[in-house]
Amino acid sequence: MKSISLLAPGHRGCAGCCDAMAAKFTLMGAGEDCIVVSPTGCLEVMTTPYPETSWDIPWIHSLFENASAVASGIEAGLKALGKQGTKVIAMGGDGATMDIGLQALSGAFERGHNITYVCIDNEAYMNTGVQRSAATPYGASTTTSPAGKVSFGNPRPKKNMPAIILAHGSPYVATTSLAYPKDMIAKVKKATEIEGPTYIHCHAPCTTGWGFDTSKTVEVARMAVQTGLWPLFEVEDGKMTKVRKIGNNKKPVEEYLKMQRRFKHLFTMEGGAEEIAKIQALADKNIEEFGL
Amino acid sequence: MTHEMKTDKKNMVVVEGSYAVAHAVKTCRPNVISAYPITPQTHIVEDLSKFMADGEIPNCEYINVESEFSALSALVGSSAVGARSYSATTSQGLELMHEVLFNVAGMRLPIIMTVANRAVSAPINIWNDHQDSISQRDTGWIQLYAENIQEISDMTAQAFKISEDRDIMMPSMTCMDGFILSHVYEPLVLLEQDITDEFLPPFRPERILDPKNPMTFGAFADPHFYTEFRYQQERAMQNSLKKIEDVANEFYDMYGRYFGGLIDEYQTEDADIIIMAMGSIIGTIKDVIDRLREKNVKIGLLKVRAFRPFPAQDIMNVIKDAKVVVVLDKNISLGMNAGALFIETKSVLYNTDIDVPVIGYMIGQGGRDIPMSTIEKIVSDAEEVMRSGIKIESQFTDLKEELI
Repeated sequence: MKSISLLAPGHRGCAGCCDAMAAKFTLMGAGEDCIVVSPTGCLEVMTTPYPETSWDIPWIHSLFENASAVASGIEAGLKALGKQGTKVIAMGGDGATMDIGLQALSGAFERGHNITYVCIDNEAYMNTGVQRSAATPYGASTTTSPAGKVSFGNPRPKKNMPAIILAHGSPYVATTSLAYPKDMIAKVKKATEIEGPTYIHCHAPCTTGWGFDTSKTVEVARMAVQTGLWPLFEVEDGKMTKVRKIGNNKKPVEEYLKMQRRFKHLFTMEGGAEEIAKIQALADKNIEEFGL
Repeated sequence: MTHEMKTDKKNMVVVEGSYAVAHAVKTCRPNVISAYPITPQTHIVEDLSKFMADGEIPNCEYINVESEFSALSALVGSSAVGARSYSATTSQGLELMHEVLFNVAGMRLPIIMTVANRAVSAPINIWNDHQDSISQRDTGWIQLYAENIQEISDMTAQAFKISEDRDIMMPSMTCMDGFILSHVYEPLVLLEQDITDEFLPPFRPERILDPKNPMTFGAFADPHFYTEFRYQQERAMQNSLKKIEDVANEFYDMYGRYFGGLIDEYQTEDADIIIMAMGSIIGTIKDVIDRLREKNVKIGLLKVRAFRPFPAQDIMNVIKDAKVVVVLDKNISLGMNAGALFIETKSVLYNTDIDVPVIGYMIGQGGRDIPMSTIEKIVSDAEEVMRSGIKIESQFTDLKEELI
């Protein structure tokens, strides 16, 4: 008997785990006729401690940096064997997507495989203990970019991954947030139905790594959107076709930052206010650029 | 069992070694080919690409990947959905695949890969030795080494049959010396389609990624389970010892060609001196043996065809009555001052009643030519060992002292 969710309960994810939510929403959008590839990471570890599995769809994990290549091979294999209709989805964390797996991802998108890649972006290497990645935002304290007497934490802004994917000519690129599940499910459905390599970038707050109460995952995610730090948009065939407006709900970035331990130093260190202003400037730039 | 060759010369054509391999791959009806170009493997993938462009490989997808790492990673996916999967590489490309090699073997995916053996950098060098594949010894891949282009062509079909056997389900590397075999034109019988369709049934693995019957591949195994996965891989490797022999015999029955199973022998029956080696150097050694036999030197050859699984028993059976064994290695284990075949051979003799001196030569590094005179010099060293024992156990061959 199929469980109601294609990601069965009983996995080892933390309470309030962003990966579990992102995976569940992805499968709700994709449906059961799919094959999922996950790189090494929290999602893989928490869902498949042998001999158990949470996946009610065919699922494969190979290595950390090769999910897109494995997905390419699955798609090619299904095509060669004349098996039509099965959706091929790669779903991995920001490190596996934007750092170590970027080359394989770029190759797969350049070749035009009919796959959907879902990046679950929790903005650091959480499985290994909250180390900085290319997705870590400006000013966040991680275990390898800790705030200290002469450091405000991570000194660089996030790598603009959707823009990199767009440069590959992907027919569909969208950003999503765990605070907007219906939006995410619809976008995944759309992405998997469009022919060619499509990309979903999901902003996914991590209770453990970011330091907030396990009940607040959705609230933190929503605040990222409402401050303009995480714009929600859709790009089809290179054209921006949909943007979620913030309008009068716009919140200052302090509201978002103060919810999380990783930004705590910005409120206690001398000079922190200027750093917060820099982060506000990033949000303001998004608001202007995307017309939020 | 005797294996008199039944090759009809009128069926022979003269082609390049790489073409022979590409043709053999095509004849094995692959579903997914994924490869990245690297010298001297390029002609194989170019020939396969031409076959694809001409529509000559039905039900097949060719993936032009962006690296060797992705070449083999893509095949993890294709093999897992039940597609017969093939790649080819060499040297730096094979070393880049290192992590994926373990993964393929651990996931029991019977992928076949031709390795056009080449030296490894630094210094960068595109010519032949065996350092690349020997350095992947412990990754769980069956490794077979061919002596000529007929053998590497035939070995391709054998490898698919061995690897895809349900008692094995381990990947295989079929190794051919870069340039010496990949770029040489020789007469051979191209792999026959009609016989191959009978010899090699379609790939039908028991477990695949299929939405109608969802399974999880690549779960993590904690200390409670991990050992048993490793044990089962080793057991599959041990099963493959017999399978490699059986498949070589079955191949002989159907095609009339035989180049050995785990090993092959030449003039070993009464031999005092037995030379052990792998790859294209076998031909040179046979010529030296013919010349020395005319001078009544009792010398024979033990060709090692399977380096993994290591055919310990077969090797012992051949060398047990010899007076000296000479092992030639186109690789070096730095810090051991010896080659891998030499080290392995010595290790299998320990704890046995066989007491034969074994000497090793690291030879042909980075494509240095191996003339017959070099082999003859080594044989005269071996004769000296018979007279007065081992003076140097393992050494570099044809070292140019003036360059050091």
